[in-house]
Amino acid sequence: MSIRRFALAALTSALFAGTAVAKDYELLNVSYDPTRELYQEYNAEFIKFWQASHKDDKVVIQQSHGGSGKQGRAVIDGLRADVVTLALAGDIDEIAKLGKSLPENWQTRLPQSSTPYTSTIVFLVRKGNPKGIKDWGDLIKKDVSVITPNPKTSGGARWNFLAAWAYGLKAGGSEAKAKEYVEQLYKHVPILDTGARGSTITFVNNGQGDVLLAWENEAFLALKEDGGADKFDIIVPSLSILAEPPVAVVDKNAEKKGTTEIATEYLKHLYSPAGQEIAAKNFYRPRDEKVAAKYAAQFPKLDLVTIDKDFGGWKTAQPKFFNDGGVFDQIYQAQ
Amino acid sequence: MSRKISPVIPGFGLTLGYTLVYLSLIVLIPLAAMFVHAAQLTWDQFWAIITAPRVIAALKLSFGTALYAALINGVIGTLLAWVLVRYTFPGRKVIDAMIDLPFALPTAVAGIALTALYTPTGLVGQFAADLGFKIAYTPLGITLALTFVTLPFVVRTVQPVLADIPREIEEAAACLGAKPFQVFRYILAPALLPAWLTGFALAFARGVGEYGSVIFIAGNMPMKTEILPLLIMVKLDQYDYRGATSIGVLMLVVSFILLLLINLLQRRIEKP
Repeated sequence: MSIRRFALAALTSALFAGTAVAKDYELLNVSYDPTRELYQEYNAEFIKFWQASHKDDKVVIQQSHGGSGKQGRAVIDGLRADVVTLALAGDIDEIAKLGKSLPENWQTRLPQSSTPYTSTIVFLVRKGNPKGIKDWGDLIKKDVSVITPNPKTSGGARWNFLAAWAYGLKAGGSEAKAKEYVEQLYKHVPILDTGARGSTITFVNNGQGDVLLAWENEAFLALKEDGGADKFDIIVPSLSILAEPPVAVVDKNAEKKGTTEIATEYLKHLYSPAGQEIAAKNFYRPRDEKVAAKYAAQFPKLDLVTIDKDFGGWKTAQPKFFNDGGVFDQIYQAQ
Repeated sequence: MSRKISPVIPGFGLTLGYTLVYLSLIVLIPLAAMFVHAAQLTWDQFWAIITAPRVIAALKLSFGTALYAALINGVIGTLLAWVLVRYTFPGRKVIDAMIDLPFALPTAVAGIALTALYTPTGLVGQFAADLGFKIAYTPLGITLALTFVTLPFVVRTVQPVLADIPREIEEAAACLGAKPFQVFRYILAPALLPAWLTGFALAFARGVGEYGSVIFIAGNMPMKTEILPLLIMVKLDQYDYRGATSIGVLMLVVSFILLLLINLLQRRIEKP
């Protein structure tokens, strides 16, 4: 800021002293596919919350949704997101690494590894569960066909893959056994869509497959849609993965647009009881214990592995499983 | 002293300059940027990427299905053009307008609609399932989507040429004793072939690069129904820009060679 502009700013704020300067904010939240409904509701809540303390400010919040990797690339390539709320930390890591628009330790800046809400991977089956699917082991039974997106192009699919791997590891006791299980599993997958929504369409609208591996919140949404509850059941397996979709302020963009304060507040407010309540209502598992207790009936308890403890974080898991030549490629090359 | 004949549009220098700038901005610079990206790899790395089994399988699939789709449209498209030019019937104008719809429709919409129709439980797909084969999620489905998307090319290139051939020529040939097949072989085909080849080449080139409509119907199984543009997206999702541009370069070179061959063929036909 030049001296003259600073002086001007100082003068104007002096003039308006006491009434705080009214500002216009336009925030862009770049997110992944299934959070559309969540943030529509949350944005309205946040604007109300912000205006309670900044009466004259005008706040407009725009949302952008798409596959998590694609969204991350858009931000690297210059999409001016103030905040990113993506499906996995790995995608925000890449924004930090390639785009250099936020520090690499971004995940330590907010509580709980910057994930205000979590989800997990569950099974969606046809009503009445005709194939009798109860756990991961049933997915590789004869005549069972499984729908899941391609982990190379879908963040959700990577969580699916890792959840399956965790089961294989626990049931078999070794990495070799885990690989064998996952290889078996993907032999039962006839279609690999590019994104989670694509797979949901394949399973729900086109009637393909017996089981859909889905984000818990997507599975709930499928039930909520008209007639969904008459057509599908949710099956919670014995073990799954704690899917942690993180959030971060994109420092460089926010600084340029002068939105650092409000953008940070936007993310912090997600952790407040009001924010947590909205997350739970949209079928994301809240972090707040009180809110979690209130919605306990909605979210059944199950064993959850985590990406950091069990897989050494995305920095290890991504190259090992999903990059070219990784485990996922190997199981298809072997066929 | 010889006088220059002034052309209709003045200023050869100006128009050529404009053409070059325009082409550079729209076509050459973006393509060159792709080559620059790919050139950051050593030759060995580049070669390893484009000869990976998955890439080769996808290459065969993409070019194969595009070829079949272009051939199907080559036959059906000519037939459509024939019907539209040579006959008048109620609703002809409407059908004529419908030919262009595949261009106007977002390809993703087309892909989702075709998939819903042709899955084993879909309106049409169930009959195929009864007969024991699948359309959606197989190369057949990909060909189908490409046939839909590239439908207008052959029709629209053949149609005006066909309209320019007076019926009298065919009648004259018939009077001179030519059989219907001979009329087609010696009168119509030579006149139509250059336009037909253009339409065929356009349809083929468009089919090779098509992503939006195919992705829903393909099933995207590695080694089986994975198209080349999807592999580019896969690389991009790993933030592997160089790998993605390498495949882009591969597609570009193969397409360019094929289009060049078609062009040469066309020139030989036009100058017997």
